[in-house]
Amino acid sequence: MRLAGLLLLVAGWAIVLAAFLLLIATTPRAAFVAAGVAIEILGLGLVARSHISGREAKR
Amino acid sequence: MNPPPVPSESATVLVLACLLVAPLAIAGIALVNTGLGRSRSASHAMLTSLCAVSVAAAAYFVCGFAIQGFAGSPAHTITAAGKQWNWIAAQPLFLRGLPLDASPACLVFWLQLLSVALVAVIPLGAGLDRWRLGAAAASTALLAGLVYPLFAHWVWGGGWLAQIGFVDAAGGAPVQAVGGLTALAIAWILGPRRGKYSTEGGMPAAIPGHNAVLVLFACFLVWTGWLGLNGAGAMLFCGAPVSALVRVELNTTLSAAMAGLAAAGITHARFGRPDASLCANGWIGGLAASSAGCLFLTPAVAALTGLVAGALVVFTVEWLDIYGEIDDPTGSVSVHAVGGIWGVLALGFFARSGAPVQALSQIAGVATLLGFVLPLAYGLNWLLDRVSPQRVVQEAERQGLDLHELGAGAYPEFVIHREDFPQR
Repeated sequence: MRLAGLLLLVAGWAIVLAAFLLLIATTPRAAFVAAGVAIEILGLGLVARSHISGREAKR
Repeated sequence: MNPPPVPSESATVLVLACLLVAPLAIAGIALVNTGLGRSRSASHAMLTSLCAVSVAAAAYFVCGFAIQGFAGSPAHTITAAGKQWNWIAAQPLFLRGLPLDASPACLVFWLQLLSVALVAVIPLGAGLDRWRLGAAAASTALLAGLVYPLFAHWVWGGGWLAQIGFVDAAGGAPVQAVGGLTALAIAWILGPRRGKYSTEGGMPAAIPGHNAVLVLFACFLVWTGWLGLNGAGAMLFCGAPVSALVRVELNTTLSAAMAGLAAAGITHARFGRPDASLCANGWIGGLAASSAGCLFLTPAVAALTGLVAGALVVFTVEWLDIYGEIDDPTGSVSVHAVGGIWGVLALGFFARSGAPVQALSQIAGVATLLGFVLPLAYGLNWLLDRVSPQRVVQEAERQGLDLHELGAGAYPEFVIHREDFPQR
């Protein structure tokens, strides 16, 4: 879960980068940036969750 | 990106004055780290700060500045979508070729040396009472020699973030957010202090800091240092004229003041009385939020930014502690990462010029922090932890890091833990 979360963080960033590289119009670029950030938030949640569940398993 | 213009003599003198007071910010953060930790690890906390500053300066001198460079310095580029993107500087190692005078490049180096020292002390707060001194020094070397310079080059060295329009006057993203996100990685890797979270579940234990006076006094030091950092950053990175310094210092102070008030008001409303450590966190969170936009925002917007930052810090400290199970004794993640990122976004939303495009560029900067800086800092510290465990052994935590790692307590005549001293 931790690795998946970290990969999602990087993947979200890659989408934001691609939006700036490939899209010129503001609206589609904003949509892709929003999607990328949403994926990053998902990844952040997964990494956080993996640390909590890791400790719960130790208990 | 064009090289910074050569400042006038009066501007140079003002930059130098700002740089002379900036170390107070580092001293203040070190004092906050010490005051919010346990008394049996106080000496260790202060010495770790000093060592982190030393290691950061050495790493930045050896290779950090070569990676970061400055606007207009030689750099490596990659071509994508028909455009050249600047991604890393190509300066010589050990500052070779840098003129040691009052040139903009040399002043930028000095400011960056202080900034990297500030970045280095931020994660120490998240690892209080359980982070080995040697491990903290090794982690700092990676932060100051690689992570910080690379991101700072993208923002201030004419890198790709600057090319897409990302703006940061004095370090909301490169200094505050990079330090805060590294603190998050450290808190995750080290795990919570013993006794913080019960094996039966329930609410986490409150482990109060040992010296509130130290922490609150540090707020004044941090404020003074921040005035210097924001002033120097605005003049060196954004070419602000001497006359703009008044706006920068006013915005910095207003942001901190409103954040402190917000924290005091919220804690009073929730707990029936203001909470000293959360008020200190709020104050510093307001300063962190002021860094990015201190030159570009109106005083009213800077005050609003501070107000929101203070509220965000109070709520995220509690949220991370209870629901995130992140044991961050000084609130470094909330203060520096959340405060810094909020300041970067506020600049995008509220700056008067180029609203939607500027906001997108600022969001791209935040996405880079989350998608590049956090995984890199986490990965490097995880590897370091595999090579040599970063956390002290259980017995050291019980005994206190002062005795375990340094051999003597910070307050031997005032605070005595009988069981902590070896029997003769």
